[in-house]
Amino acid sequence: MASNPSSDDNLLQTPLNALHRALGAKMVPFAGYDMPVQYKLGVLKEHLHTREKAGLFDVSHMGQLRVNGADAAKRLEAIVPGDLQALKPGRMRYTVFTNEQGGILDDLMVTRFDDHLVVVVNAACKTEDTAHLKKHLGAAVQPLDDRALVALQGPMAAAVLARFAPEAAAMAFMSGAYLKVAGIDAFVTRSGYTGEDGYEISVPNAAIEGLAKKLLAEPEVEAIGLGARDSLRLEAGLCLYGHDIDTTTTPVEAALTWTISKRRRAEGGFPGAAVIQKQLSEGPKRLRVGIKPEGRAPAREGAELADGTGKVVGRITSGGFGPSVNGPVAMGYVDAAHAAVGTKVNAIVRGQALAAQVAAMPFAPHRYHKGT
Amino acid sequence: MADRKFSKDHEWVEVAGGVGTVGITDYAQGQLGDVVFVELPAVGKKLGKGDNAAVVESVKAASEVYTPVSGDVTEVNQAIVDDPAKVNAEAEGGAWFFKLKLGNAAELGDLMDRAAYDAYLKTL
Repeated sequence: MASNPSSDDNLLQTPLNALHRALGAKMVPFAGYDMPVQYKLGVLKEHLHTREKAGLFDVSHMGQLRVNGADAAKRLEAIVPGDLQALKPGRMRYTVFTNEQGGILDDLMVTRFDDHLVVVVNAACKTEDTAHLKKHLGAAVQPLDDRALVALQGPMAAAVLARFAPEAAAMAFMSGAYLKVAGIDAFVTRSGYTGEDGYEISVPNAAIEGLAKKLLAEPEVEAIGLGARDSLRLEAGLCLYGHDIDTTTTPVEAALTWTISKRRRAEGGFPGAAVIQKQLSEGPKRLRVGIKPEGRAPAREGAELADGTGKVVGRITSGGFGPSVNGPVAMGYVDAAHAAVGTKVNAIVRGQALAAQVAAMPFAPHRYHKGT
Repeated sequence: MADRKFSKDHEWVEVAGGVGTVGITDYAQGQLGDVVFVELPAVGKKLGKGDNAAVVESVKAASEVYTPVSGDVTEVNQAIVDDPAKVNAEAEGGAWFFKLKLGNAAELGDLMDRAAYDAYLKTL
């Protein structure tokens, strides 16, 4: 008897799919891809291992693009509020695509070079982002579909990568460079999504499995799945698109005003600038904040936040257990009046009011590389 | 000898002297991953068969634990509240969730024995 095709047959695969399976990963659908949520270590140990040593993440599902032209930074500024013209060659910045209402279409990383930019966008948004970029920047936009991407994150990431690419050790945090990694032509940035020092390494699809195996063979490195990627970024206070930010949240409400320079605030010139400038001058009505439940029970995405009288004042957009914090952590939106650190709120979980406080983020201190 | 029965929702119950001890199976803890939080019912609570009786949370998600039989809760296992990782380490042993005085012993007949449960797991 023929078996029914599973829905998994429609999922895309990264070039590391066979390696994930060989490593015993538990695979789940994520943003249209068949991705490892955890390996044999499990989410908790994978999270702690990354904070203690180094973790390797397959992020090949993310969209990599190149925008050609010496004027690419100036042209891209038409659709993002980030100050790309202030970037020196080889430096990178986090920014967002905004819509006409000031909402966020996606968040992205941009690295600037003399004659081009390298852009990395979210997997779930990459089709729309590519169309959006092409609409505004035309033929200058070149999707890099032939390249895979891995992140090597953790306090020992630099020592590990230096064995394969000695120049990587001297890279500044939030910089990018074209390097040979284990003899492979790679684009390397010193950046990540964990709050730790680390790198993202882009190489041709055909070369990624060999490189991943070499990195995993180093004693400090373990393969890390999407589960720990999520708990690491949550402890680091970093947004997950589609959860903490989306088309209904502006960068001001999302506490991402630090991504908009003085010049861009003054000049505008990006979609939704009027809305964002008004919120910058008057303050937003709601704000993304950290939420620390006082007990042991996690408060997860969707949980309402109420004041002492039971009035709903916000909602959790990401929440769970922070393995390094060894307790529950969350983030979400609250009314401006309840956004000060230390404000007491109740998270409504399974009908019960759990005591919580508005908390400063990150929950786990950032340990990015300082210097050069 | 105490007789252990299993539900399709991956709870086990072992009955001795009209009192059932309820936990989750080793398969269930494996599916959940690292357990970080457990919420147990209040002693004295009346539970109907299939009611939400407890909550178990892993790093990834929250899951409900249903009671496979009805009854009144007589005792809960504080040790798994204090150290939720016990649920991963000994799901079918010391990490039981609660005990209840059975409301209707005939409900046990709806549950699987070990061999039937093992066969059921193979179909998943």
